Amino acid sequence: MPALTRRRALTAGAAVAATVGLHTRAVAAPHAASTSAHEQEHAHGHDLPEAFDEVFRGRRIQGRPTGGHHHGTGYAVFVDGAELHVMRNADGSWISVVGHYAPVPSPRDAARAAVEELQGASLVPFD
Amino acid sequence: MTVRKNQANLTPDEKRRLVAAFVELKSSGRYDAFVRTHNAFIMGDTDTGERTGHRSPSFLPWHRRFLIEFEQALQSVDPSVALPYWDWTSDRSARSSLWAPDFLGGTGRSLDARVTDGPFAAATGNWTISVRVDARTYLRRSLGATGELPSRAEVDSVLAMDTYDMPPWNSASDGFRNHLEGWRGVNLHNRVHVWVGGQMATGVSPNDPVFWLHHAYVDKLWAQWQRRHPASGYLPLSGTRDVIDLHETMKPWNDVRPADLLDHTAYYTFDTD
Repeated sequence: MPALTRRRALTAGAAVAATVGLHTRAVAAPHAASTSAHEQEHAHGHDLPEAFDEVFRGRRIQGRPTGGHHHGTGYAVFVDGAELHVMRNADGSWISVVGHYAPVPSPRDAARAAVEELQGASLVPFD
Repeated sequence: MTVRKNQANLTPDEKRRLVAAFVELKSSGRYDAFVRTHNAFIMGDTDTGERTGHRSPSFLPWHRRFLIEFEQALQSVDPSVALPYWDWTSDRSARSSLWAPDFLGGTGRSLDARVTDGPFAAATGNWTISVRVDARTYLRRSLGATGELPSRAEVDSVLAMDTYDMPPWNSASDGFRNHLEGWRGVNLHNRVHVWVGGQMATGVSPNDPVFWLHHAYVDKLWAQWQRRHPASGYLPLSGTRDVIDLHETMKPWNDVRPADLLDHTAYYTFDTD
């Protein structure tokens, strides 16, 4: 995906070294400098959501743009510091690996839905 | 020749043999390889990148090939078994015989959604969830916690669609494939995963044996659509970036094309049309 490669080049060093557990400021998604037809086709007119960090039902949920091609999304979500695999759909909705078939409006909603589904269980690494 | 039957019409002996073959595949480790493969494609298939197993035209032939491979594994244990299908438009409740203790077992208990009866309950020791996204090792379900299964009328409305698939060939597409998959419109396939709940709602959905019965019915609906639209065929035909064209090979097998899979009768037939 050349568009994301360009984006990564433009944002090298930005938001990629964020450490799990470190409180990060909300970072707006970077705008790519060029918008080729291919890029517009794949941008869906949505910027990446801002970062979030909250405690939901006793679990710490965090999300942030990663400034790169992160598992195909450029956005990372964590539950108690363990990464939750998320994905953005073409219409801008989101899913996670624990709520794969039910899209929700935002990665925060995906993280909250995951907390409900987990019923206290911890995530295991997916890579 | 393999004949795939409606699960509601299986004899007690057919259920017993099928369950035994599932448990044998599980104990040998072969079952979990299918779960692992499925989750790899769930996480790897994206709307804006390479997409093969899901959210793309090859959703249907990919799962057809995946089910054939699984069915052959079952038959290597017991040659008499075939994958049954679950017509969720007619067997619509948690009281269906599908969920009885002599077949798949029932819904999960309210405390932790743990399935406590049937051959796949954790307590049997025969069905530990190993390929998982969280720490829980027991099969879970919450049958019907999220509304209703699709109706026959909703299925018919999707079967009426004349075009197999359309650009952008992903979860935003109009056309038969994406409405059957469920990212758009009345939502058939995706909604059934959510209705079952537990592992079925996750990327490791094949951990629940009902995954195969659900997809065998989705596969049958593709065959029904083909009969209703004899002049319509698989799309796209060629030259589509990130998407499997009619004559392109599919991962992970790399030796089979959608074109090779359009006619299910080369591999199996159904009990009814």
